[in-house]
Amino acid sequence: MTLENGWEMVVGLEVHTELKTATKMFCGCANSFGSEPNTNVCPVCLGLPGSLPVLNERAIELAMAIGMALHSRIAPSTFHRKNYFYPDMPKDFQISQYDLPINSGGYLDLPDGSRVSIERAHLEEDTGKSTHLGGSGRIHGADRSLVDYNRSGVPLVEIVSGPDIRSSAQARAYAMELRGILIATGASDGRMEEGSMRIDANVSVRQSADPFGTRCEIKNLNSLRSLQRAIDYEAQRQVELIEAGGTVRQETRHWDEILAVTSTMRIKEEADDYRYFREPDLVDLAPDQAWQDRVRGELPAMPAERRAKLSSRLNEPSDAQVGAVEVVIDLGLDPFVHAAIDHGVDPSLALARAANELAAGLDGITRLSHEAFSVTLSMEQGGELSATQAKTVLGELLARGGDPKAVAAAKGFEQLSSDTLGATVAELIVQYPDEWARYRDGDEKLAQFFIGQVMKLTKGQANGKAVVGELQARR
Amino acid sequence: MKSAAQIAREVQSGATSASVELEASLAAVRARNEELNVFLHVDEEGARAAASRIDDRVARGETVGPLAGVPIAIKDNLCQAGIPTTCSSRILEGWRPPYNATVIDRLVEAGAVPVGKTNLDEFAMGSSTENSAFGPTRNPLDITRVPGGSSGGSAAAVAADMTPIALGSDTGGSIRQPAALCGLVGVKPSYGLVSRYGLIAFASSLDQIGPLSKTVLDSAILLEVIAGHDPMDSTSLPEPSPSLVAHVDDGVAGKRVALVRELVEGADPDVVASVERATVALKDAGATIIELSIPEFRLGLSAYYLIAPAEASSNLARFDGVRYGLRVDADDVTAMMEATRTAGFGAEVKRRIMLGTYALSAGYFDAYYGQALKVRTQMIDAFHRAYQQADLLIGATAPSVAFEFGAKTSNPMAMYLSDVFTIPTNLAGEAAVSVPFGTGEAGLPIGVQLLGPGRSEAQLLAAARVLEIADGRP
Amino acid sequence: MGSPLRREDVAYVAKLARLTLSDAELDMFTEQLGQVLAHAEDMGALNLENVVATAHPFGLINVVRDDIVRPSLEREVVLAMAPDARDGRFAVPRIMGEAP
Ligand SMILES: [Mg+2]
Ligand SMILES: [Zn+2]
Repeated sequence: MTLENGWEMVVGLEVHTELKTATKMFCGCANSFGSEPNTNVCPVCLGLPGSLPVLNERAIELAMAIGMALHSRIAPSTFHRKNYFYPDMPKDFQISQYDLPINSGGYLDLPDGSRVSIERAHLEEDTGKSTHLGGSGRIHGADRSLVDYNRSGVPLVEIVSGPDIRSSAQARAYAMELRGILIATGASDGRMEEGSMRIDANVSVRQSADPFGTRCEIKNLNSLRSLQRAIDYEAQRQVELIEAGGTVRQETRHWDEILAVTSTMRIKEEADDYRYFREPDLVDLAPDQAWQDRVRGELPAMPAERRAKLSSRLNEPSDAQVGAVEVVIDLGLDPFVHAAIDHGVDPSLALARAANELAAGLDGITRLSHEAFSVTLSMEQGGELSATQAKTVLGELLARGGDPKAVAAAKGFEQLSSDTLGATVAELIVQYPDEWARYRDGDEKLAQFFIGQVMKLTKGQANGKAVVGELQARR
Repeated sequence: MKSAAQIAREVQSGATSASVELEASLAAVRARNEELNVFLHVDEEGARAAASRIDDRVARGETVGPLAGVPIAIKDNLCQAGIPTTCSSRILEGWRPPYNATVIDRLVEAGAVPVGKTNLDEFAMGSSTENSAFGPTRNPLDITRVPGGSSGGSAAAVAADMTPIALGSDTGGSIRQPAALCGLVGVKPSYGLVSRYGLIAFASSLDQIGPLSKTVLDSAILLEVIAGHDPMDSTSLPEPSPSLVAHVDDGVAGKRVALVRELVEGADPDVVASVERATVALKDAGATIIELSIPEFRLGLSAYYLIAPAEASSNLARFDGVRYGLRVDADDVTAMMEATRTAGFGAEVKRRIMLGTYALSAGYFDAYYGQALKVRTQMIDAFHRAYQQADLLIGATAPSVAFEFGAKTSNPMAMYLSDVFTIPTNLAGEAAVSVPFGTGEAGLPIGVQLLGPGRSEAQLLAAARVLEIADGRP
Repeated sequence: MGSPLRREDVAYVAKLARLTLSDAELDMFTEQLGQVLAHAEDMGALNLENVVATAHPFGLINVVRDDIVRPSLEREVVLAMAPDARDGRFAVPRIMGEAP
C-alpha cells in the first residue's frame, strides 16, 4: 500500500523477544511454554515478600549476542524498577533496563539493501498472563480475571529501532530479518504465535521532508500479517484524520484482527508516572572484554551472510530459487545444502530437496545427518533412485532415521535393470506408434510422455535420465 | 538467664539439654508476654521438635554447632517456612511463607531453636514499636516506656530474659536504638555481610539483619553464624563469614578512636556524659582518643527520609490483595487493590509510601531522590576521610534513654529524630555496634555507639567488649 | 528544591500508590509530609552538581547465577496463599484496562 497526496509514513518498531534460556531471568524456575498454570513459580517470580532477584548469566549472554549481531555497542548497564500496579505483575514493578541499556546503537541491513538503525536492545522481565471469565472472554465485559504466573520473570530483550521504516512491507522485512537473527543467535525460537516474539509499532505520518508527526503506538502485534495490515490501516487513518482537519492524538492503540481496525486503548496520561529508579536488589552489569570475546566467539553466521554464501553457490538463481534460499536460511537448513554440494550433488537439486522435503519434515531433522542427506541425493542424481523414491527415502529418514542405502533396499527401491527398462520401452514403442514417430522426427516433448508411461508401468522405480537414454538409443 | 555461649557449651557437654533450656525460655515467655506484647507468635511445637532433635544429636555424640540448643527470638519481618509472618501489619495477617530466610536456615544449621516471631513497627517503620498493628511492645525495664524500634519486640525478648539472643533488622538504627533503650548489645553489620534473602524489605539498599544480645560475645557468635556469602542475594559480599569470636578479646590498644561531635550533638546530658566516660575507658585500655567534626552527618536524616521511603514505596507495592495476605473485595481489580491497601496499612506506612512516591514522581525526582543519592555519596566520602584519621568512631546511639509511650507519636519528625545518630552508618553501608554503658534518667540504660568502616565488625566487637568490662560486666 | 507540598500533590501521590485518603487524612498527611520535605530543604542549599549519585553502598558488579533449573513451589502451596483461586490460577475482580 502507498499513501497518496505526498503523505509518507514513519514507523519505528519495538520488538520484544523472550530469550530461550533454561530458567527465568531472576530465579531457577523453568522457562518453558505450555506448562500447567502456576507450576513454574517460586518465591522470587511470585514476588513473595523477602525474595530477591539474581541475574541469569545465560540471559545476559544472549542479550549480548543479539547486540553483537545488530552491531550495537555493549556498555556497562544498570537495572531499574518501572513502577505500576497490574495484577499480572507480581511485584507491581517491572525490572527493566532504563537509561543505561546493555546494547545501544547499531543497525540491521535488510535484503533489499535498506538499513534500519537500532536505538537500543535492553533486558527486562516478562509478566504473567491473565485470562478473563464471563463476557466474551476478552478483557472488556469480563466479570473476573484469572492469573497464571508461569511467564512472570521470563527474560525478554526489547529491541527498539529508529524511526527509519517508511512502508509496511519494509516493516515486515525488518521483522523477518530480525527474527532470523534471533533464531540464528539461539536467543529465541521466533514463534510469534506463542508470543515469544511480540511487536509494538510506532506509526506517524507526514508530508515528505516535514518534521515527524504525532505518533500512535500499536501494541502487541503477534503475526507478520497483523503487523503489515495494522501499520497500513493506522497510517491511512492518520492521513484521513489530518485531511479532514483533525489532529492525531498521542495514544496507545489496539489492533483488532477480525475487524481489521486499530482503536484507542489508552491515552497517554499522568498514570504513566512510572517512578523509575535503580533496582537496589541488583548490582551493575559491566561485561569485561574477556566475557564479550567469549560470547562473540560463539556467535554463528547471521542470515544475511549465510544467504549470500548459499546464493553464491547457485548459478544465476531463478526467482523460485531465491524463495527457496529464503526458506532454507529461515529454517537453518543451509548446512545440509552446503554438505550435499560439497558431496558433488547439483546445487539446484540440493536446494530443492532442502526447501521442500526437509522443510516439510522439520520435526525429524535431528534424525537426519548431513551425510545421509548427501548420499540420498547422490543416489538420485546417479539414477539409483527416482525422484519419487528419493523423496520417499528422505521422508523415511526424517521419520525414523537410518542409512539411505538400507532404507532404499528395504523399500525395494532396487535400480531397475537396463534389461527390464529396455523391454518396457520396446513395449511402449509398439503400443504408441504415432507418439514414437513424432519423437523420432525430433519432437523432444514426447520424451516426457514416454517417461510418464514408464513410471506408470514400473511404479515410479525408473530413473528419468535412464529412460531418455533408452529412447535415444532406439531413435 | 544464661548467655547463649553458656547454653551452647552446656548443651554440647550434656550438662543441660536443649529441651530444658527451651522450657525455661517458654516459661519466661508465658510469664510476661501478655504484659509486654513481645511475641506475635510462639512456635512451641516447632521449637520443641527442634530442641529434641538437637538433644538426639548430642546423645549420638555429634557436634551440633555454635548455637546448640540456644533459644532465639526472630523479628517478624523474617520469613520462616510455615510460621505466620506479619511485619506487624494487617495486610500480611495470616500469611505463612513457603520458604525460609537464609538466616533461618543458618540458625537451624548452627543448632539454634527459633522460639517465635517478635513484634515490630509495621514493616520496620518506626523507632518505638508503637506502630505495630498488633499493639505496642513495652520496655521490660520500665513498662511505661517504649523499647525502641523497630526491632522492639526482639530487644524486649532478650531484655525480659525470654531468649538470650534475638535477630533484628536495621535500616536506620532499628537494631542499635532498641538495643540502647533496652540495655543490650546490638550490631548493624556492614551492608552485604548478612544475606537479606527472606527479610521482608523496607529499604533494600539500607536493610541489614543483625544480632541483639546481653553480651558482646553472644552477638559475635550469632553474627558469625548468620554472616557470609549467599548466592540468593545479589548484594551479598562474596566472602565467607568473618572470624569474630576469636577476636572479641583483642582490645583496643593502639587504636585511634574519634569522638564525633555530630554524634552527641543534641543528646541529653546524661547520654553525653556516658559517651565521654566511654572514651576514657577506651583510653585507659590503650586507645588514642581524638575529636572530630563530620558536618555531613547533619544531612543524614534528610537523605534517609527520602531514600528509605522511595525504596519502600516500591517494595510495598506488591501488597495488593492479589496473591497473598489481606484482600478487601471490590468491583474491579484496581478498586480491590486500593481498598486492600487502604485497609491493610497503618498510618506511618502510608506516610512513608506517599513520601517515597512523591520523591520519585515525575518532576520531583531530581530535587528529592536524586539529591539524596548525592548526599549519600558525600556521606560515604566523609566517612572515608574520617577513617584516615581514626580506626573507629564513637558517639551516642540514641539522644535519650527510653521515652514514654505517646511522647513522639503525634509528631513524625520528632520520632524520626530518634535515629539521627544511627542513620549515617546505614547510608554508607558501614558497620556499627551499640553497647550499654552507664545509666541515665530513672536508672535506664544508655547505649554508646561504635562505628567502623565496612567489614570492621571484629574490631568493633573487641572495642565493645572493652566497654562491657569497664561497665562492670566481665 | 521542589515547591512546597500542596494538598493536590498528596491526593495525586495517594492515587499513584493505590491509597484512599479521607479529607481529614489528606489534611494531616499534607501537613506532616510537608514538615519532612521542609526539613529536607537543608539538602537544597548544597551545590552537588558535580557529585555522583550513589544508589548502592558497595560497588559489586556482574553478580550472576548459572542457568540451571531448580525446583519450583508446589501449586497447591502457591494457591493456598491466594485470597481467591480458580482453575489453578489466582482469581481477581475484573481487570478494567490493558497493562500500560
Ligand atoms: Mg519494555
Ligand atoms: Zn521462580
